[in-house]
Amino acid sequence: MLNNAITDLMTKMADDELIQGHRNSEWTGLGPVMEEDIAFSSMAQDKIGHSWALYRIIEENLGGRQADLFAFCRPENEYKCCHLVEYPNSGYDFSLMRHFLFDQAEAVRYESMLESSFEPLQQLSRKVKGELKYHTLHANAWVMQLSKAGEESYDRMQTALNEIIALAAGIFEPGKAHEQVLIDAKVYPGEKELYNRWLDRIYPVLVKASLNLPALESITPAYGGRNGQHTPYLAPLLKEMGEVFNLDTAANW
Amino acid sequence: MEITIENIYNSLQQVMDPEIPVLSVVELGMITDVVLQDNGAEVHMIPTFAACPAVSYIQRNIREHLERDLHISVTVIVDKHITWNSNRITAEAKVKLAQFGIAPPKRLAGEVSEELFVEVPCPHCGSTDTYLRAPFGSTLCRAIHFCKSCGQIFEQFKPLE
Repeated sequence: MLNNAITDLMTKMADDELIQGHRNSEWTGLGPVMEEDIAFSSMAQDKIGHSWALYRIIEENLGGRQADLFAFCRPENEYKCCHLVEYPNSGYDFSLMRHFLFDQAEAVRYESMLESSFEPLQQLSRKVKGELKYHTLHANAWVMQLSKAGEESYDRMQTALNEIIALAAGIFEPGKAHEQVLIDAKVYPGEKELYNRWLDRIYPVLVKASLNLPALESITPAYGGRNGQHTPYLAPLLKEMGEVFNLDTAANW
Repeated sequence: MEITIENIYNSLQQVMDPEIPVLSVVELGMITDVVLQDNGAEVHMIPTFAACPAVSYIQRNIREHLERDLHISVTVIVDKHITWNSNRITAEAKVKLAQFGIAPPKRLAGEVSEELFVEVPCPHCGSTDTYLRAPFGSTLCRAIHFCKSCGQIFEQFKPLE
């Protein structure tokens, strides 16, 4: 029971990182300046590395499938990523704002697992936390810079925030029966608690950037991803991502 | 050569990091333990960054070096109990890094903060009139800086908690 709940939680985290990692990699060669091209490419590598580490724990400690097969050979409705990471990159405004909201959420999540009763997750969190620092540092700096870079730039950042906030709130979709098991076993503090910690984390940056956080009571969080209900954007992405791997899943690379 | 812990470390000093070929895995602080066994040795190592693509390459290099130098069978294990941080880089290695053209990470006292990226000495001219261009560089472990004194871009090995 507990192991199933941990697998469920880690699959959500790993799928988020795999898909967001793939989206980040789509900026390779297209970044608006060279440093940003490199930044998104580096973050893509980090994210996919973190997802791999999570899939490996599922395989080694929880009796799951071999990591590559689990990552690339599941039907779409067995993926548990949130809708936020599925959306295409759109413009740089959208990508940056998503990066800010997603990475702050990840930072809060991994930090909460530094105390996890599940030891492999606790060990991984220590490693990931230090690396994520660079992602949030990068995100904070650009959200603040672009919000102070003139009227058009400010408007675009505010519009992106307005558009993405409901998607971002969907990261914290309640985990039903599994979630209470995980809270009771002190694996992690639960989605509601993480949501509140995330708001405490993003708010001061938004204030410095003079951006207005939309009224949270009026938004409908984009739930469904954690239960395998996805946006139309996921299926084509999975097909593209697994295209080479699925030519010969037994090949030795 | 006699099979001792010391000789194993001497041999490991010859295993260079593929991305920074002037530094060995020992100088980078990647080796966490060496254990002698009946027919060989077990080497415990940690990657600098979790997604470092060179890990399996480094593991193979370690095995090949020790097998060649000491004629023993070697198992290389990734140690999950210890996480790498940039204070593990030895003082001598930091000098070599700077000579290689990469600014070494400032010493961490607590968490990574913005101050660690300010006035990083330029490895080309030594000036501290520099600024951070980007926290990401050509590999996961490097950031990009610019030196206003000599007008050159340079890389820094990132501080990591």
